[in-house]
Amino acid sequence: MREITFADALIEALTEEMRHDERVFIMGEDVGRFGMIYLARPQLWEEFGDERVRDTPISENAIVGFALGAAITGMRPVADIMFCDLMAVAMDQIVNQAAKVRYMFGGDIKVPLVIHSSLGGMRCAAAQHSQSLESWFTHVPGLKVAIPSTPSDAKGLLKAAIRDDNPVLFFGHQQLMHMKGPVPEEETLIPFGMADIKREGRDVTVVTYSMMVHKALEAGEELEKQDIHIEVIDLRTLNPWDKKAILKSVEKTGRLLIVHQATTTSGFGAEIAATVAREGFEFLIAPIRRLGGLDVPVPFSPELENFVVPNEQKIIEEVISMVGE
Amino acid sequence: MNPQSELKLQMYRTMLRIRRFEEKLVELKARASIPGLLHLYIGEEATATGVCAALLPNDFITSTHRGHGHCIAKGGEISRMMAELFGRITGYCKGKGGSMHIANLELGILGANGIVGAGMPIAGGAGLSIKMRGTDQVVACFFGDGATNQGAFHESLNMAALWKLPVIYICENNQYAISVAQNRSTSIKDVYMRKDAYGIHGCMVDGNDVMAVYEAAQDAARRARNGEGPTLLECKTYRWRGHYEGEADRTYTYRTAEEIEGWKKGCPIERFRKKLLEEKAFVQEDFDRINLEVKQEIEEAIRFAEDSPFPEPEDALKGLYAA
Ligand SMILES: Cc1ncc(C[n+]2csc(CCOP(=O)(O)OP(=O)(O)O)c2C)c(N)n1
Ligand SMILES: [Mg+2]
Repeated sequence: MREITFADALIEALTEEMRHDERVFIMGEDVGRFGMIYLARPQLWEEFGDERVRDTPISENAIVGFALGAAITGMRPVADIMFCDLMAVAMDQIVNQAAKVRYMFGGDIKVPLVIHSSLGGMRCAAAQHSQSLESWFTHVPGLKVAIPSTPSDAKGLLKAAIRDDNPVLFFGHQQLMHMKGPVPEEETLIPFGMADIKREGRDVTVVTYSMMVHKALEAGEELEKQDIHIEVIDLRTLNPWDKKAILKSVEKTGRLLIVHQATTTSGFGAEIAATVAREGFEFLIAPIRRLGGLDVPVPFSPELENFVVPNEQKIIEEVISMVGE
Repeated sequence: MNPQSELKLQMYRTMLRIRRFEEKLVELKARASIPGLLHLYIGEEATATGVCAALLPNDFITSTHRGHGHCIAKGGEISRMMAELFGRITGYCKGKGGSMHIANLELGILGANGIVGAGMPIAGGAGLSIKMRGTDQVVACFFGDGATNQGAFHESLNMAALWKLPVIYICENNQYAISVAQNRSTSIKDVYMRKDAYGIHGCMVDGNDVMAVYEAAQDAARRARNGEGPTLLECKTYRWRGHYEGEADRTYTYRTAEEIEGWKKGCPIERFRKKLLEEKAFVQEDFDRINLEVKQEIEEAIRFAEDSPFPEPEDALKGLYAA
């Protein structure tokens, strides 16, 4: 199969959906002729022009709010917020408006809105450009959250997100944008709520998503040399999330490690751990563990940043310690 | 030397220190010798220099992602800035902040900011504190043209005007927010016109004319200290480099090579040097001497940074909460 980058997969998804449906358009900072940010390429602007590839002022609250207003009146916008950190500026429109309008107004309104953003840093961009804030949004009923790890998942999920009649937060990882992977040429839509087993194994279930999938896979290679076999489950979407796939795997392995780059406390791992502790208790032969970012803002200096973010070495250590328990 | 001449020479030196510091960063970044994102101020030096020359040491500033110039102009030591950019423990933020987040309360630098527009409410709050504490300090709040389209701009100017706070809002209008030209992000031509929306003073100056900036900032500071409230000062200027170091707009998608060259011809530092020579205030040897001193200062800063240790990894866990 041909291989393309994560970023190109996003552009393909957008291009196909914009050709397929005239109501689809994208707006955000620097998405137009410059097209140098995560969700844009000049070719998109060349094909669809200023009208449907809209550069905006630096006004995140208005970007999301305008997209919402357009979504409930017949358009299908994709709003781009360059970094997830900047979503803080748009939180009212995301949390109090987009997430609520359907339910609060009685359940008849459709909100076909995608908010795309990037997260994860790992490039010495310091505290305000390196966060992983996905669990802010899983905490708000009414929003859906997609957070893929490969180009083909990115394409299939973005297409599904655009066709969804609910507000979807879509997060790409800054370190994954240039990563290449096989992407089918024929149209593929990936439904939300379906995890993907990226590696099979019998000893420990490692549930993760986004960049950490790749770290877990690297750890898996290393651990295999020591005859420890981990199963790597890529959740792909966090709301809805695939509880069944995790329980099924834990039934086999008896051990669960959850890995995410987001800070550990109140991270999405807590949700998974609580659920498996309740519904998969009889499968467990060891306590559930979580490996997340350390609970501090992301520091600038490279060694400090490395220290606070999980990596394959930390995953390996955690797994070995679990197996030895 | 009379005080006025001394001040001028000081301003020349400050501009040159900013320029040389950042030229060094260009080189270091090209060789991948320093980590992180760099937003350079080259071409805009007269604005920070003119404004900060009108401030007293205990006045405050808030800065932006493009903040090295503000920091140097407000008294920042190049060596400690360099150390910060090298990620060393001797840097202004002990290696935790980097280029986008230099702060030092002793110098009145309330922080460079990675969030566009986020300094504006903070500057307002510092102004409120000045008023409540009854001092005669002022706050200079720097932000770009792009930042004026944030809600924070409106909320801050309105509140500062309402409470007559001693804040100078300085819009560094370099005419672009990344790739988006000002005329594609707002339908007013001159940002300072927004003063009328808040009933405050405002004016526009050539942001590459350091004396013009200085005089306008002095007026604004005087009014602020007299309890006459905030000023919106627009400085028209231009960034020579890409939005960040490494931004490769090689095909000139959003601005032309001629436009960039035109602004380089009007270099604020060269302009000022020529003007001072014309005024016969100084001779070329004065500038040569300053050039040499600045060059040495930069070399020493590099040595200081390179000789400084990195923080220990565990230092990442320190400093989150006050005891
Ligand atoms: C709230 C927010 N939105 C977007 C960004 C990304 N961003 C960083 S700098 C920048 C452009 C800023 O333009 P301007 O205010 O004119 O300052 P300049 O870079 O021209 O000095 C943008 C969009 C950000 N850091 N913060
Ligand atoms: Mg600008």
